[in-house]
Amino acid sequence: MEFKDYYKIMGVERDATQDEIKRSYRRLARKYHPDVSKAPDAEDRFKEVGEAYEVLKDPEKRAAYDQLGANWKAGQEFHAPPDWDAGFEFSGGGFTAGDASAYSDFFESLFGQGFGAGPQVRRGAFHAHGEDHHAKVLIDLEDAWHGATRTITLQVPELDPQGHLHTRERVLNVRIPKGVKQGQHIRLAGQGAPGLGKGRAGDLYLEIEFRPHAFYHVDGRDLYLDLPVAPWEAALGSTAKAPTPGGIVDMKIPPGSKSGSKLRLKGRGIPGNPPGDLYVVLKIALPAADTEAAQTLYRKMEQELRFNPRAHLGV
Amino acid sequence: MKKSTPTPVTGAILEEESQLTLGELCMACEVYAERIIELVDEGVLEPVGREATQWRFAGVSLQRARIACRLQRDLGINTAGAALILDLMDELEQLRARLNRLR
Repeated sequence: MEFKDYYKIMGVERDATQDEIKRSYRRLARKYHPDVSKAPDAEDRFKEVGEAYEVLKDPEKRAAYDQLGANWKAGQEFHAPPDWDAGFEFSGGGFTAGDASAYSDFFESLFGQGFGAGPQVRRGAFHAHGEDHHAKVLIDLEDAWHGATRTITLQVPELDPQGHLHTRERVLNVRIPKGVKQGQHIRLAGQGAPGLGKGRAGDLYLEIEFRPHAFYHVDGRDLYLDLPVAPWEAALGSTAKAPTPGGIVDMKIPPGSKSGSKLRLKGRGIPGNPPGDLYVVLKIALPAADTEAAQTLYRKMEQELRFNPRAHLGV
Repeated sequence: MKKSTPTPVTGAILEEESQLTLGELCMACEVYAERIIELVDEGVLEPVGREATQWRFAGVSLQRARIACRLQRDLGINTAGAALILDLMDELEQLRARLNRLR
């Protein structure tokens, strides 16, 4: 078991006042709150800070912890000395069974069962709903288009009968409903953590995230596609082939189209009720002037078109 | 040994899930009705229906109510503060999505 430096976690000196500890805790709790923070390790940090505060906010627990000495380094192999808490009066107020799994082995070895004289009345008859679990699933645009089945592997922390924490791999096969949008959640009732006692199991929430696509951008159910066109196609109008997730279509390019012109293909986005649209954004591509003939054509345009692309800038 | 693939589970899309009653929402969030009514008064949740007994909440309310309750519990934020955070988080989410489109 590794030693945990609660002062370092809290970002305070060992002689910090209770007020300083409280201020630091509140700042860190805001920073790492899993609903707010985007940091990948936010949940672990939040729990760690909560555990450190659980000890440091309580003068009795803090004094007992201090007595382990200042020579311990975070991560060092640690065993609680026998009778390490002798001579301390604990007035209960320890943690409750419902919180137990949230704390580390280190915390448990110091303040777990049997710490002080506080009776553990909550044990045995405790019921609690299982926690909800959250996970992200990366899917391809085509999966939302057609619907799909995805196999996901979850790391599930579990307490064994001795109260030790293990992670177990859990494989789930999940149907991705057709027409699902980026950022939506699939709720799998009862697939979260099992409840304690008679409490019901939590739910599993899967957040849908799209893998970036080579040429479509997704916005809700709408898709955006940059379509390169030749200058004469844009100027004179034409019919051009364009890809859509449902197959290749012929697009009518109106004469006088500009770079950035947006054409809408109604109902060609991600299916649903209503289905999304496909927006085709025209990008004018220039032919290379790498042959004598091409250069002659460009020069001819220069002489005959009298075109000033910067007229609107007044130059 | 061949690893067997479990039969696929099907879930509902939370944002489009059928309407929840006040009672169902309280159960799912594990809070008393008073907490949910406060969130409605603050404009965090917008049920359809005039009387509390007739309220129907959209699926997305579940997520919002849970975040609001967690923020209040973990950070000691009042209802108005939680409402403000949820609004700012929505805006942040939209801006992030827009940024992704531009990249």
